[in-house]
Amino acid sequence: MPAITHHIPDPMIAAYAAGSLPHAFSMVVASHLSLCRDCQAALGAHQAVGGALLEETAGVAMSLDAKSNLMAQLDRPAAPEPVYDSKGIYPGPVMQSLKGQPPRWKTLGMGVKQNILFEDDFGSARLLYIPAGQAVPDHSHNGLELTLVLQGSFSDETGRFGVGDVEIGDETLEHTPVADAGDPCICLAATDAPLRFKAFMPRLLQPLFRI
Amino acid sequence: MLTLNLDRPPDKNTVLRASPEGKAVVSREQTYSQLTVWLLAVRNQRDRAAFGEMFDYLAPRLKGFVIRCGARPALAEEIVQDVMLTIWRKAAMFDPHKAQASAWIYQIARNRHIDIVRKENRPVPDELGEAPGTEPDASQILALEQETLHLKQAIEQLQPDQKEMIEKAYIGDLTHQEISTQTGLPLGTVKSRIRLGLGRLRKELKGLR
Repeated sequence: MPAITHHIPDPMIAAYAAGSLPHAFSMVVASHLSLCRDCQAALGAHQAVGGALLEETAGVAMSLDAKSNLMAQLDRPAAPEPVYDSKGIYPGPVMQSLKGQPPRWKTLGMGVKQNILFEDDFGSARLLYIPAGQAVPDHSHNGLELTLVLQGSFSDETGRFGVGDVEIGDETLEHTPVADAGDPCICLAATDAPLRFKAFMPRLLQPLFRI
Repeated sequence: MLTLNLDRPPDKNTVLRASPEGKAVVSREQTYSQLTVWLLAVRNQRDRAAFGEMFDYLAPRLKGFVIRCGARPALAEEIVQDVMLTIWRKAAMFDPHKAQASAWIYQIARNRHIDIVRKENRPVPDELGEAPGTEPDASQILALEQETLHLKQAIEQLQPDQKEMIEKAYIGDLTHQEISTQTGLPLGTVKSRIRLGLGRLRKELKGLR
């Protein structure tokens, strides 16, 4: 287990427990939690609050046949559900998104590659592959961006991020992450808005590359 | 009441038995919450009677809970049935060393509700084993149960407005932004009230330890 220094903020763990995060962010939170005992304990605390509130919720009567209907279903076999375990550097939630397959990288130039995992109206999540010494182009953010390191490490103006660390960027963060020497840096990045690249790629091309 | 040996590590192949006369043998086991006892009976013995009792206690609360999360009553009942069936099927994964019964059920209820309403599979963290060198034991379960009791007391002692904010954060399917729209409070106030509420909770919990 790596020594993680940059964690998911507590309110975001509470929002994950309550299910009020966009799916793309839930992927990053669940992936970080797969690597971090501390944050899993924090999740447990929030689940306990939820459980206490659930137990004191005023009951609403179920319909009369609900119980017998349910009891009759207990012996019915459950539809098989695919279970995706962690594989190599990829935690279970990433493998679930990849449907158990290895990433299918698309080149973005300068050795940087990506694999878009998920996209909806509320955000997107992707895997990023950045060769050692290579900068992820200088960019600022329209909204919130979470970046979880899965392999290697990167550094920027705010510090160094190794395996399991999460960097949280918002409108106020303008940074130039550079992959450190060693293994290529592979990250899971989620955002609730398109990233604005200042260099490296004209803004007009952004829709094309879906960055 | 069943007497369960909770000192054993959770193992779905291990069948735990009630004492021959069905009497409680060790008094400290009676401090496990009723929900935990039912859930362990379901986990270890596939005990239908215990599951039925758990249904009577839990299903109406779950229905009220899911309705508060915004589901219409007909859908709420469908979600409750799904949650109860999930509890039956996944009981082998319940580990009282790691989670209180109500906390485990809360997360199942949220996950199933979201999966059904949004038609997506919620990403769920990998299970992490115990840190090396830690042996699970029954005192851990008791400590967790104690903590839950303290937490409930602490929640009861919150100011009504603080309690309302906490409930909205954990029960409502609402982001902070949406809470702010609903209550007409500026965002900063909502966040600080949630923080205040949680801070008070933490303090209460500390004082009780």
